[in-house]
Amino acid sequence: MDAREKEIEKLKDYKYGFSTDIENTRAPKGLNEEVIKFISNIKKEPKWMLDWRLKAFERLKQLKEPNWQKPKYPKIDYQDLYYYSAPKSMDDKPKSLDELDPKLLETYKKLGIPLQEQARLNGIAVDAVFDSVSVATTFKGELNKKGIIFCSMSEAIREHPELVKKYLGSVIPLSDHYFATLNSAVFTDGSFVYIPEGVRCPMELSTYFRINATETGQFERTLIIADKGSYVSYLEGCTAPMRDENQLHAANVELIALDDAEIKYSTVQNWYPGDKNGVGGIYNFVTKRGLCKGKNSKISWTQVETGSAITWKYPSCILKGDNSVGEFYSIAITNNHQKADTGTKMIHLGKNTKSKIISKGISAGFADNTYRGLVDIARNADNARNFTQCDSLLMGNKCGAHTVPYIKNKNSSSNIEHEATTSKISEEQLFYCNQRGLNQEEAVSLIVNGFCKEVLQQLPMEFAVEAQKLVGISLEGSVG
Amino acid sequence: MLKIKNLKAKIDNKEILKGLNLEIKPGEVHAIMGPNGSGKSTLSNVLSGKKGYTVSGDVTYLNENLLDLEIEERAHKGIFLAFQYPLEIPGVNTNIFLKTSLNAIKKAKGEKELDAIEFLKLVKQKAGELKFDEKILSRQLNVGFSGGEKKKNEILQMSILNPKLSILDETDSGLDIDALKIVSEGVNALRSKESSFLIITHYQRLLEYIKPDFVHVLINGQIVKSGGSELALELENKGYESLS
Ligand SMILES: Nc1ncnc2c1ncn2[C@@H]1O[C@H](COP(=O)(O)OP(=O)(O)O)[C@@H](O)[C@H]1O
Ligand SMILES: [Mg+2]
Repeated sequence: MDAREKEIEKLKDYKYGFSTDIENTRAPKGLNEEVIKFISNIKKEPKWMLDWRLKAFERLKQLKEPNWQKPKYPKIDYQDLYYYSAPKSMDDKPKSLDELDPKLLETYKKLGIPLQEQARLNGIAVDAVFDSVSVATTFKGELNKKGIIFCSMSEAIREHPELVKKYLGSVIPLSDHYFATLNSAVFTDGSFVYIPEGVRCPMELSTYFRINATETGQFERTLIIADKGSYVSYLEGCTAPMRDENQLHAANVELIALDDAEIKYSTVQNWYPGDKNGVGGIYNFVTKRGLCKGKNSKISWTQVETGSAITWKYPSCILKGDNSVGEFYSIAITNNHQKADTGTKMIHLGKNTKSKIISKGISAGFADNTYRGLVDIARNADNARNFTQCDSLLMGNKCGAHTVPYIKNKNSSSNIEHEATTSKISEEQLFYCNQRGLNQEEAVSLIVNGFCKEVLQQLPMEFAVEAQKLVGISLEGSVG
Repeated sequence: MLKIKNLKAKIDNKEILKGLNLEIKPGEVHAIMGPNGSGKSTLSNVLSGKKGYTVSGDVTYLNENLLDLEIEERAHKGIFLAFQYPLEIPGVNTNIFLKTSLNAIKKAKGEKELDAIEFLKLVKQKAGELKFDEKILSRQLNVGFSGGEKKKNEILQMSILNPKLSILDETDSGLDIDALKIVSEGVNALRSKESSFLIITHYQRLLEYIKPDFVHVLINGQIVKSGGSELALELENKGYESLS
């Protein structure tokens, strides 16, 4: 293969691997107070926000990077990273899409996320985050009419300080753990959602995260508040160019559901996974936590994790309100040298709280996939219920799957069920599919999609088809 | 249509097919009978292209060297195997499996693929002909199907895919008389000048409903006797011992 052919082969594997050639404004390299002030300043933040960041930074100095996870990685030099990078054209934030750099519009179009008025996805409002800034948010006006706030985090800090002050850090405390604290100090952009009392959000809200700049970490911060009796379905998608370096994406996502409110949060994570030999790829170290604060509230996480060199995250629910419900539906696919250590924590505090965990781990090539979960039932959480099902599917015999379920139960009226299976795609199943005219890749995709069905069903329809394709694509070349 | 010359197949250094010869012309129905372990399933596997065998000999199918083709290419070119033990695929809806299969074959042949509505119409018609309960088709593929349902599902797939050469590996085993009739009707409905059948069975019973043009006796990896449909009756009465 010559260089061009190689490039094409690579593109076939990961079609979001292109990069956009654009002039950037960057913070000076490294992690220090000056850089934090730079970020806060360029985002025109009020002083309380800067103070909050600096407090986190002080705290960070006393924290150690955790090391208990299964996938190990080389030491990250935090002084050798850029913490802010944004297209220069965003310096004076364009007022409308017409003023937006055509290169950015083109990038999102290529990613299948058209931002222009006439081409927009039907019924889906999009916040497009490019490196450290939100470049555009669609359908803002329409949503506003219902009192819904959907904007970038940076804008929310300026325009809705009372909400941000009240809820930011209320689910993931400023000094929760190393990466969460790092994020609190240097977070750049992400989405902010507020659904007022009694409102059912009329469309899917989504954020598309794109990493473009080199040597840059992305520190996303998202905050979603569903007021009493409201409902919202939110989806995030992620891609990045193919590079030989490992890039860090350390996000904090906080969800708050008040009385009778429901938040459905779906993720289709397709960061660059690295090449076949495990060179490059994103370190996806993310803290996601939802608080079912009110009675009868519900938070449901659905994740389809197919990308990243390392995925390390536990989208969790704190079930504080009586009768609140937490759900976690997960597909984690690791191929080649990818690694995942993911799962959830369900913390039952209120009475009659219910949680459900469905995890599907698929491992191929030399990959390693760990489900790690905690079901924690507090002393006063009478009649708490949990159901957990962890299924692993192995392809080939060089990959690994592990299930680490922790249970802490302090209330004898609770009911906890746990089921786990490990299986392989059998030669006979493949032969059967091949005999019916499917080639190897189609057969694997069909069988794996069947294995993941319970989780795929949870995705909003608009994304289910994409996710199904992604499941097939991410396993290409995994059987000989 | 199919010409097999001196076909040998080994697995784990154990020779299972030991020089088998057989010719099937378009429109013909051939039955293969033989005791357990004689190599009947091995023959259907080797013809469908299953991996893991060391194969030698010549097999020509529609003027092509069959042994050069991948499993799915053989399927695209009209070879269908009704499995002795159909596989379960959890989470995969039977209808979706069928549609994926039909469209993969259509695509390979350069024909227009069916959309969901066209497909469901076709399934409804075929299932009706086979008196096959459509509700079963919205269940996961073969999961929790009874033995009879699995076999009928194979025949339904066969009639939808409309193959040129259908190989039925003991499809009749374990079927009650009603199911047996349905299966036979499915085969008979597909019989035409262009389509051929290789029917593997233990029992003469099936051959009362599907009249074969030829019957072959397979013992220890070789065809030891061939004849017309009367041979099946003879076997039923005298047993295989008389031939070995
Ligand atoms: N994978 C295998 N490994 C070893 N021996 C096998 C394998 N498959 C089949 N055999 C042997 O080959 C012989 C023929 O098997 P098979 O073709 O299944 O017979 P039939 O279908 O006529 O009952 C049997 O002795 C069986 O044990
Ligand atoms: Mg057999």
